[in-house]
Amino acid sequence: MRLKKALLLGIPALLLASTSAFGAEPSFGWDVGVTDNAADGKKFLYYVYWMIAAIVVFVFVLMAFIMIRFREKANPKPSKTTHHVGLEIVWTIVPVLLLMTLVYPSFSTLFKQDIIKEADMTIKATGYTWHWQYEYVGMEDQIDEIISKPLSKEEAGEDKYLLATNAPLVVPSGTKIKVLVTSDRNLHSFSMDPFWVKVDAIPGKINQTWFEVYEGKEGTYYGQCAELCGINHYFMPIEVRVVTKDQFNSFVASGGDYASLPTGKNAVQTAALNK
Amino acid sequence: MVAGYGDDHAHDHKPKFFTRWFYSTNHKDIGTLYLIFAIVAGVLGGYLSFMMRAELATPGIDVFNEDIRRFNVYATMHGLIMIFFVVMPALIGGFGNWFVPIMIGAPDMAFPRMNNVSFWLLPAAFVLICVSFFVPGGEGGEAGFGGGWVMYPPLSTAGSPGPAFDFIIMGLLAAGFSSIFGAINFITTILNMRAPGMTLHKMPLFAWSVLVTAFLLLLALPVLAASLFMLLTDRIPGGTGFFDPSMGGDPVMFQHLFWFFGHPEVYIMILPAFGIVSHVVSTASKKPIFGYLGMAYAMVAIGVVGFVVWAHHMYTVGMHPFLKAYFVAATLVIAVPTGVKVFSWLATMWGGSIRFTIPMQWALAFIILFVIGGVTGVVLANASIDTLLHDTYFVVAHFHYVLSMGAVFGIFCGFYYWFGKMSGYLYNKWLAGAHFWLFFIGVNMIFMPQHFMDMKRRYVDYPVEMADLNWISSMGIIPTGLGMMFFFLMLIEAFIVRRPAGANYWGEGATTLEWTLSSPPPFHQFNKLPVMEYDDHH
Repeated sequence: MRLKKALLLGIPALLLASTSAFGAEPSFGWDVGVTDNAADGKKFLYYVYWMIAAIVVFVFVLMAFIMIRFREKANPKPSKTTHHVGLEIVWTIVPVLLLMTLVYPSFSTLFKQDIIKEADMTIKATGYTWHWQYEYVGMEDQIDEIISKPLSKEEAGEDKYLLATNAPLVVPSGTKIKVLVTSDRNLHSFSMDPFWVKVDAIPGKINQTWFEVYEGKEGTYYGQCAELCGINHYFMPIEVRVVTKDQFNSFVASGGDYASLPTGKNAVQTAALNK
Repeated sequence: MVAGYGDDHAHDHKPKFFTRWFYSTNHKDIGTLYLIFAIVAGVLGGYLSFMMRAELATPGIDVFNEDIRRFNVYATMHGLIMIFFVVMPALIGGFGNWFVPIMIGAPDMAFPRMNNVSFWLLPAAFVLICVSFFVPGGEGGEAGFGGGWVMYPPLSTAGSPGPAFDFIIMGLLAAGFSSIFGAINFITTILNMRAPGMTLHKMPLFAWSVLVTAFLLLLALPVLAASLFMLLTDRIPGGTGFFDPSMGGDPVMFQHLFWFFGHPEVYIMILPAFGIVSHVVSTASKKPIFGYLGMAYAMVAIGVVGFVVWAHHMYTVGMHPFLKAYFVAATLVIAVPTGVKVFSWLATMWGGSIRFTIPMQWALAFIILFVIGGVTGVVLANASIDTLLHDTYFVVAHFHYVLSMGAVFGIFCGFYYWFGKMSGYLYNKWLAGAHFWLFFIGVNMIFMPQHFMDMKRRYVDYPVEMADLNWISSMGIIPTGLGMMFFFLMLIEAFIVRRPAGANYWGEGATTLEWTLSSPPPFHQFNKLPVMEYDDHH
């Protein structure tokens, strides 16, 4: 009977905690993201975090209470209760209800990530063993493909080692960019955490994904290969330089000359793997 | 009639050493062999993980600087060894063989000779696996196979031309057949050899858990065997091209086949631990299991649903979003029977008279850690979140919370629960307690920071900003290693001091049949079958 009382009190408290968490705008000191998918994904992730935190706290508090209240000294005579249909229904239904609250945000964020509408620009990313190559689809006569190889520790510096490349992918902000991803012979994964993008590069298959970086969020962003591809799996970073549309146009006009881009420390957001 | 028929049953007749341990058909001896084997393999699997954490303690390549590919080899072998040669042999082969026949009141397993084959295939498999460390595997002739325990082609076909991976295929096939034989044996034993009066609905939960596990093994392992054979023929130059796009094959098809085996496999590893924890919680609380039928059928439900969620391991391969949506929904469903189990354990403790014995400490830690690993599973189930977390250390932390800490804590829980029964000796509580606390602190130190690392999996080196958490994680191997040292000290001490264990050293809470036998049980038990007389608490 005591168990019933505890659950009657505990479960509404838990529900309250999880629903209020969704409404609030929680922040763990991370910025809100630089694409819609990152912002939505983060919001959903925070909701799930709050929910599981509430579940964990509820279970642990209940467990601690049981361990103290029903330790041998405090309760020398054990009860023999082995059934309580109501209780068993409650702890089946309540988790179902909690999980139901995940379905809508889970599916809506998923479909937004995966169903790609008209893109303004298409880039083909090919994973090689071990570096990335980017092509601007439909603009091949203006820009050559970019062969993006990782920089050594001396070239990249301590901070950017394993992240920086000799030739980053350059894309404009405020533009919906479709990325076609494939591979020459090994599995790789085109993974850009700041954009909330990850899709495997598979030989013989072309996968696709998309991102649109907010205007005003120009900068340099990093990603790393996310599918085991052999010895240098850890050393084939993805570097994306997001510039304004004007800057991108002059980059194209110069035939893909990095010198046409504004350089220096200010242009480089030190937001490696920021989320 | 043959003269002297039945005479042997008059006394506890044991065969001589070689015959007893090498030709063994006795379920208890085979169970002991499995446990010893799992401990030996566990030392190797643990050593590999310690070397990996040592490498990752600081940025830069310090340990594997002669051949960085060796790091991938260690990661691969750590996974394969821990899964196929530690957790499965300990839980299913070890405790399953020891206690399923006793708990259901049977004299032995249904097929004792097949039981012997099941065990002896494993050391053979383990030798093959270990040989692969030393033979050429990589494209440059480097030793060992570095394609991950998931063995995805093309890295495991064209990417690993040397014989190292062939040895692994052969080893896993042998281990797979061992498990299939074991599964057939358990299913037959449990369905046909229960003592009079013991219906399925009165059977102890550990026997239930092994029954469900055996069905999972029987259905999942042939799929692994088939996909391993396909890899094998794909590897022959000019051979088949099941997974080779240039020959019309599809690398993703292997991933589907692998995870169709691989997902049930994770339940194969955790379900027997569920069974053990149920008994320990009930014994230490001096209360029968709460919601026995719900507990049994929750395991059945987990087993059934576990077969239809496999593609949540491969959300990023480019599946149609509707397909992903299905796998999201199906995966979330598993949280419900899992929740039933956790709440039933808590309800079993509720109203009980709880003694915090060593196995109970492991069981409580199991529940805590399994809840943490379970809820991070709910996070990962969402395909849109998995876009961020796929192939990161969040996943590593998640599955180590349920396996390294769930299944392994289940193993130690069972080990301390039944150690007196199996060996006939009681362990030193101080040494066992030191083992528990050091191990508990250590594994949490290793795996809790990994949730927040933002680091990709299978990386031998990482950007400097991830250094702090990696350092904490790597420091966790010190308490963990010390804890394991105390485990071995506990074993040595117990066999030197030899404090005799009574038949039922847990007292009134321990109600299953093994506690009606002496410790250790006679070489052949239940020559006269026990008849169940249950009260109505089920």
